[in-house]
Parts: sequence; C-alpha cells; structure tokens
Amino acid sequence: MSTREVSKAWEAVIGLEVHVELATATKLFCSCANEFGAEPNTNVCPVCLGLPGSLPVLNERVVEFALRLGEAFEFSVPAQSIFHRKNYFYPDMPKDYQVSQYDAPICVDGTLIVDGTAIGIERAHMEEDTGKSLHVGGSGRIHEADHSLVDYNRAGVPLMEIVSRPEMHSAEQARGYVSALRGVLGVIGVSDVKMEEGSMRVDANVSIRPVGSDELRTRVEVKNMNSLRSLGRAIDYEIARQIEMYETDERIVQETRHWDEDAGVTHGMRTKEGSEDYRYFPEPDLVPVAPDDSMRARARASIPELPAARRVRLVSEWGIADHEAAVLLAEPGLADYAEGAVAAGASGHDATNWSVGAVLGYLNENALAPQGLLLRPDGLAELIGLVSDGSLNRKLATDVLDEALRDGKRPKQIVEARGLAQVSDEGAVGALVDDVFAQNSDAVADWRGGDDKLKKKKRGFLMGEVIKASKGSADTAVLNRLLDEKLNG
Amino acid sequence: MSAATRNGETAAEIAAAVRSGTRSAREVTDAYLGRIGAGEEAVHAFNLVTADAARARADEIDAMIADGHDPGPLAGVPIALKDNLCTRGVATTCSSRILAGWEPPYTATVVERVVAAGAVPLGKTNLDEFAMGSSTENSAFGPTRNPRDPSRVPGGSSGGSAAAVAAEFAPLALGSDTGGSIRQPAAFCGVVGVKPTYGTVSRYGLIAFASSLDQVGPFANTVTDAALLLDAIAGPDPLDSTSIRAEWNPVISAVDEGIEGLRVGVVTELLDGIDADVAARLSEAVDVLRAGGAKVGDASVPAAIHGLAAYYLIAPAEASSNLARYDGVRYGLRVDGVDVADMNAKTRGAGFGAEVKRRIMLGTYALSAGYYDAYYGQAQRVRTLVIRDFDAAYRDFDVLLTPTTPTTAFEFGDKTGDPLSMYLSDVCTIPTNLAGHPAISVPFGTGANGMPVGVQVLAPALGERAMFRAARALELGAP
Repeated sequence: MSTREVSKAWEAVIGLEVHVELATATKLFCSCANEFGAEPNTNVCPVCLGLPGSLPVLNERVVEFALRLGEAFEFSVPAQSIFHRKNYFYPDMPKDYQVSQYDAPICVDGTLIVDGTAIGIERAHMEEDTGKSLHVGGSGRIHEADHSLVDYNRAGVPLMEIVSRPEMHSAEQARGYVSALRGVLGVIGVSDVKMEEGSMRVDANVSIRPVGSDELRTRVEVKNMNSLRSLGRAIDYEIARQIEMYETDERIVQETRHWDEDAGVTHGMRTKEGSEDYRYFPEPDLVPVAPDDSMRARARASIPELPAARRVRLVSEWGIADHEAAVLLAEPGLADYAEGAVAAGASGHDATNWSVGAVLGYLNENALAPQGLLLRPDGLAELIGLVSDGSLNRKLATDVLDEALRDGKRPKQIVEARGLAQVSDEGAVGALVDDVFAQNSDAVADWRGGDDKLKKKKRGFLMGEVIKASKGSADTAVLNRLLDEKLNG
Repeated sequence: MSAATRNGETAAEIAAAVRSGTRSAREVTDAYLGRIGAGEEAVHAFNLVTADAARARADEIDAMIADGHDPGPLAGVPIALKDNLCTRGVATTCSSRILAGWEPPYTATVVERVVAAGAVPLGKTNLDEFAMGSSTENSAFGPTRNPRDPSRVPGGSSGGSAAAVAAEFAPLALGSDTGGSIRQPAAFCGVVGVKPTYGTVSRYGLIAFASSLDQVGPFANTVTDAALLLDAIAGPDPLDSTSIRAEWNPVISAVDEGIEGLRVGVVTELLDGIDADVAARLSEAVDVLRAGGAKVGDASVPAAIHGLAAYYLIAPAEASSNLARYDGVRYGLRVDGVDVADMNAKTRGAGFGAEVKRRIMLGTYALSAGYYDAYYGQAQRVRTLVIRDFDAAYRDFDVLLTPTTPTTAFEFGDKTGDPLSMYLSDVCTIPTNLAGHPAISVPFGTGANGMPVGVQVLAPALGERAMFRAARALELGAP
C-alpha cells in the first residue's frame, strides 16, 4: 500500500483514546509505591493483588489530579461520579475485574486547543492499571507461550483515560492533539507523559467517509503505537487501507488492529466471537466521589498558565513567530528555560532562537529534559549578551554554547579560557591585516592587477588568513571594512 | 429463663473474672478446648481448631494481668471465628476447595479488634461455601450439626459459629450476615445473633460474598454478651471505604435501660407463611414487650415481601464478580489446562460447589448486556422501595418485630433438592440487609418439635441502642 495521501474523495475521521499514568507517589487504591522499573512483584500488597477480603481505598491525590484535568481542559465535573467494575478474565488483572468509571465519569465535555482548533474531549475517567505479563516461549505472545510470568507492580497504578470526540481528520492533526495534550498534562504536573515508557498510551479510532458527508462509518481501533511518529504512521496506513477497501468494494469490519512498527502495517488482532460483555456494575466497595468546594478550589489554584494561552502571550510579548512559540512549547520545560533567559536579560527573540536551535538539538541528541541542563537559563542569557554586545560572533557562540551545555561552565569563563573574545578594536584588527598583507604580498599584488574574478578570489583568501590569524575572534564587520580600506587605499 | 442461666458462664463473667485475677485466661481456654475435644466430632462446628495458638494467647493475657495491664473488655474470653475472616498465617477456606492451602498474609480488622480487646481465638468455624446457603450443607468439608438436635441443620451460612456458641465450644463467635447468615442460624441453634448497621463493622479481611450486603456481627448466649462483642468490633476503619466515619456509640450502656414507652411495630407482611408454633411465640413476645411498658402496634413494610427476589439478583450479581479472582493464577487450587482460559475453567469447575456455581451463573446472567435493566437494575429499584417503606414505618415505631425464620431448624436433606425452598428460610431476614439496617435474633422458647424459636428485632440505621433494649426485654421474658 503505497498511498500516503488521503485520496481527494475521502475524509478521515479520527478519535483518540489516551491512557495516562498519573505520577502519584502511591497507587490508586492502596499505599504501594507507584514507580517504574522496580523488581517484579515488590510493590504489591493484599489490596493491589486483589487477595480475598481486601478492599480498595481511593487515593485522594488521584481525585485532585483528575480535578486539575477538569480545570485544564474545561471539563464539567459533576457533583458526584462513581466507580464501576469492568468484568473480564485476564491473568494480569488480579481481581479479574478492573475498577474503572463507566456512565458517571469524573470529567465530561472538555476541550483541547490544537494549533488554534478546538477539539472536543468527550470524557476523562479514573481507573486502575493492570499488571504486566511476560510470555515465555513461542513468539512471545500469549497463545504460543510455554508459560507466562506476571508482574503485578503496575497493577493498581492510577490511570486517566482521556477520550476525544471523533473530530480529527489527519494523522498530523492527531499527532498535534497528542502533543498538545502532553504539553498540558506536563505543565499541570499530573504525569510524566512518556509514550516510550508507557506512561502515556494512545489508541486511535479511525474511519473514513466521502468528503462532504457527516456520517460516522465503521471504525477500526488501532493499538500499540509507542511514539508520536508511529501514531502518525499507523493512522496514515490505516486510512490508506480503508480507502483501498472501500474502493475495491470490500467490507470494513469493526475490529481492533495491532500496529507493527517494523513492518509498517496494522494486523487484525485475534478476537473472540461476538463482542465482549464486561457486565459493568457500580463498585460496591467504594463510595461515590464527590469533590468538595475546597478540593475544586485547590485544583483551580494549582493550574499554571496553559500552553495555548502561553503561546499567544509569547508571540505578542516577544514578537516571535507562532510556529516558533509552538516549538518552544512542544518540548516540556523549554519555554520555561527561554523565559528564564529573558528574565536574566536576554531578548525574547534571541532566547527563542537559541532555545529552539542549539539547545533543543542538544536535548534531543542526549535525550534530556531542559530541567536537567547543566547550563541554567541565566547562562544562556550571558551567552546572548556576549553576542549582542559584539564580544562574540555567532559561529564561535555556537561552539561556546555547546561546551557550556556539556560542562555547565559559564560562557564568559569559556571565552576567557579559550581566548575567544571577539576582536572589534580597529587598531588590533588593522594590525592583523597589516601582518597578513606583509606575509602575503604576492596575493596583494595579484589582487591589484587582477580582474573582478581574481580580485574576489584573492580578497577571500586574505580575509580567511586574517580570521585564521585571529583564531576566529576578529569581528567580521570591522574586518570587512578595514580590508577594503587597506586594499583600495 | 434466658440462655445465660441455662448454659453456665457468660463472656461478661469470664472477662470480669480474668480481669480481676480470680481466673486465669489459660484455665478458661483449656476448659473450652476440653469441651471442643469432647463434643466437636458430633457437631463439626470447626474447620480448624488452633489450640496451640489459643493457649499461647491465653498465656499472654495472663502475663499482662500479672504485669498489671488490663487486656481489655474481652480479657481471656474464647472466641470462634467464621472461616471467611482472614487470619494471618492461618488457613482461611470459606469452606471451599478452591482456597485449598491458602494462608492469608494479613488479618481481618474485626479479628484484630477482638484480639486487641483481650479475646482468645480458638479456631475457624464451618460455613456454607463462600457463605452461600442457609444450612451449612454447602460446606465442602461436610455439614455442621445442630447441637440441640444432631439430625437437624444449624442453619447457615454461619452454622459453625452458631453451633460453637450453642454447644459451648466458645462463649462468643463472629459470623457474617449477607441475607440472614447470622440471625437464621442463631434462631435455629437458640443463641443471640446480631447483624449490625451496614458500615459500622469493618469488612476489611472478610472474604466477600455480596459486598453491598455483607456485614460481620456477633453470636453470644446472652444479649449483654452480644453487646460487649459488638462494641469491641464496631467503629470506623480507614481500610474499608464503606465504613461509617462517625465514632461508634456503645450499646452496652443501653442494654438494661428498659423499654418503657418504646414503640414496637409488628411487620404484618412478614407473618404470612410462618409456621403456627413460630407465630405463637411471636405473639407471646408481643405480650412480653407490652408487659415491659412498650407500645406495640401493627407496622407495614409492603416492599419487604419483594426483598427475597431482589436479593437473589443483587447478591449473586456481586458474587459473580467477587468470586472471579479464584482463577488458579495466584493462590489456592489450580487445575492445569491447555491454556490460561482452560486452566481458569477447570480450576473453577473443580474448586466451586454446586450452589456457588448456581449463584455465579445467576449473577453473570443478571448483569449481562440487555438483561441488566430488567434484572440487576430492577432489583436495585426494589431495594430503594424497601428502604422507603422501612423509613415510613420508622416514623411511627422505634423498632420492628418479626419472626427470625418461618420455621424452626429443619432436618438434613430437607431442602437441598429445592434451592427455592432453602432461599425462603431467609425471607424475614433479607429485607434488613437490603436496607443496610441492624437486626438481632433472640431465642424465645421452642417450637412444636422442641427446637428453638428466634424472634427478630429490627431498627433503623444506627438504631442499635433501642434494638438492644428490646432484645434484652425479650431475653428476660422468654419462656
């Protein structure tokens, strides 16, 4: 299937279900630690193992986090929401039911601004995560395994499931949604939002319809995308597959398909006959969740400026382009970093340029977050100051920044240690030019007798020699002027 | 006269003697273990007798006394624990093969509380598997016999606990009551049984049957002893989200307050289909209450008769989910299969008895898509009606009076072939569970066959003090 473009006649309809692990200290219904990467079955107790007689007690912190989502996405939060049991047998689910929310979720009817467009969020609800199975033997999938091992450390970890309305129409928009969602969840401090570590998991519901129609056709759920890139690829693949199916008069069946990252295709998953009946009913071991006014007020007060508003502000305050602001905000913490540099005296424009350029490049290369940078924002401001007062040219500034990012040294310190301060003094630069002329009198003579082409070549050579002699520190503006004066003079 | 004088010492007397140093806890424990040794084979009240642990615990109590410490209001009082209460390191079976070999790594809150109050656990008592039944005939380990007549059932599901107290294997026992599982066996065995207000006693560590109905409560030979035990176990527990947060108002101080002016309503709807001998005792109970100064009249709780039907949808529905975890993956029985689903099915097929399977099937059906509204949803609406009708009755009365059971204890095998007739033995007790209210069964004379009759006092939520006053008056006036 080579088609990567949506055929003109068809429009994609995409809805996303995003599961986010909440970064609480403890699990949803017990006091076991909620941490990634512990030894298997060490963060467990009678409650999260679902031992007979154990009972859940709701972690209030999870409700606080849910209320923050409520504020950040303008959800309505009903006076009361309730937990339900979702019943099905699975070995990594200790009680053989999942405590989740069903027809009375904590958050309903929210909105997320994605690149200026409002995308509706149907609901967000609290639920417990399952354990993890490790299937040994065969292909590593359950049906062929010799035996399976289960790690229940993740069982009972709090999740929010955030369900968008089917209001997106391209893979790019879906990626934008996830990226914006991640940005908001990051700034409100409820999750690590790492797709690669599984703390954010995205399933896509994809259908297509003729352009101009507003029907919702049979949808396919695509799972197992573990990066934004694979989300985009999987959606594009699925759109193309469905177009081809319709155009060859094949029937689309409602099913769950598994994204195969290596092969770049989706596979239908082995499904049971008939649809699963989860026999939802209200969880009798828990009481309704009824956040009081003070909890709501606390949540409201805890919400910092959100990315969409900040983007507008940065564009207007700093005079930067909207897409630059978007890049700043897409990397959690990067806008804070740039704002830190501005607070230390840099211009918004310069702070943005350096942040989305060299700084972001360094972060990506080293898989770091801005919070982890050795060079703090005032260090970046110092570097920007050195460039704008003419003591460092851009080329050298990039080298200095690279060293500062790696070692955490102050830019001024590096400049001094390496003797890199830009030489703008006319006398000093003039002396260098005179030395170079003296050592390269042939070239000077060639310039004088040469045609335009030769003049240009010889001038470039002499210029290079002066820069070399200055170890790159000569201010090129001053040098250009003096060079012309002395050649012509 | 009351059971107390018929049966020797009370828990209150034992605690007083141990606290004052006139008797040792060890001596008391040895005496009860001796009685178990002599009578248990005929009764089979226990799944497990923990004699060594009991003696060690009794010695600890005696050491505390010797050091001048007070072990608490149940100092040195032996107690039997229904085998669906988790006890750390001690097998807890629910009388089911599926929990074979399982030892809980933690102890139920109620057990911790009785131990903290100075009681000495003697062992784990038999029950209908997973507390599903009314005769203890559904135990995987064989039935318990009624100590009053070994050809008859002790009732259930807490038949082992009721029989242990009736046989004087222990002066106190804990049971659990989902639809009458404390009160019905108490009535059959001629002892006092209490189902407290839902949420007053922690369910943490009680292996769930139907979470919204289950409540742990006391068995005793006297109303006062039952009050002592209830006061020891009631009160908020942060480990149980459905536990009432308010501090418990002790009932012991109300027991002997008398019933002058107490308004008592006899629930007319629950008199239909009651055996004549039971009805006769109830009418004598009314006389006793009137003689004590109570104002007795007829009360109406119309929805109560629909309680049984609603119960047999709600309880199995919750049970079908609560019992899903017995899948062979983590603990208890495992029967190997060709894959996980096959292992699950084989394990459950071999591990559960017929009644448990019947209720899992019922409950699974009641919750299924397309049937939920007609069954589970409708049952919840009936439950709301039951609560509404009780609320109306309690505008006119402080407590209500009914027989505990329509009949006295029946013979083994009488009802095992007909589940519905077995279910009907809980018709008077079930409405209380649906409403979340408290109720107490008090022995009140005997029926035509010489077996004990129980009368039941019901009260609104947290109305235990008035309930205990009426119960004490009935005990004092019992034939």
